[in-house]
Amino acid sequence: MIRRPDNMIVDVVVRLMVPAIQIFAFYVIFHGHYSPGGGFQGGALLAGSILLQRVALGTERSQLSFPVRYGLPFGIIGVFIFAGTGLFALIMGGQYLQYDAMPFGLTPVWLRNTGILLVELGVAFAVMGVLVSIYDSLACSSDEEGGRC
Amino acid sequence: MREDLILIFYLLAILAAIVALNVKDLLAAAVVLSLFSFLAALLYIVLGAVDVGFNEAVLGAGVTGVLFVVTIFNTHRRSRD
Repeated sequence: MIRRPDNMIVDVVVRLMVPAIQIFAFYVIFHGHYSPGGGFQGGALLAGSILLQRVALGTERSQLSFPVRYGLPFGIIGVFIFAGTGLFALIMGGQYLQYDAMPFGLTPVWLRNTGILLVELGVAFAVMGVLVSIYDSLACSSDEEGGRC
Repeated sequence: MREDLILIFYLLAILAAIVALNVKDLLAAAVVLSLFSFLAALLYIVLGAVDVGFNEAVLGAGVTGVLFVVTIFNTHRRSRD
């Protein structure tokens, strides 16, 4: 468990940087079809912003933005979004991850455009949850107070 | 121009790797290792693999460095028993 250092400069810089990193992460996720990036990189950026809070602000104060217990559920939700998109297309008569088989009432071009966005959101959630939970179990395992966080 | 950049990044990455292997302090080694990852990311970007470079910059230079630092803080120099 990491305690909060009393350093005002680190505090202010982290509070300014974290929203910028998260905005950039969502930009990377949503523009993953036509520019470098995508779900994995965006999720890793989100995880990086949360790890920055964990390291710089201490474990206790960073619970306010992302509690420890949310790590694995986020990963599981991400995997379910990914697999659910594929299975939904499979149930609706297409092949696995064939986006234009999904009955959303759009043209097939638009369906392919939005389907890849769903999959990338799932990948981003999975990567973020798993990376943060790896950090949490690493930082809290050898705790003297018996793994409180 | 491009070949010069590639050569510079190669040499700096090799230098960073040698320093990370030879330095005595574990924390300094972790920092130099993430510097090596950043140089590798720049090298990938110059070579044209922007996606791989992005991955390396985020994961190699960011997340892995944090994980190494936390692991170093959680271990002790001597065993307790």
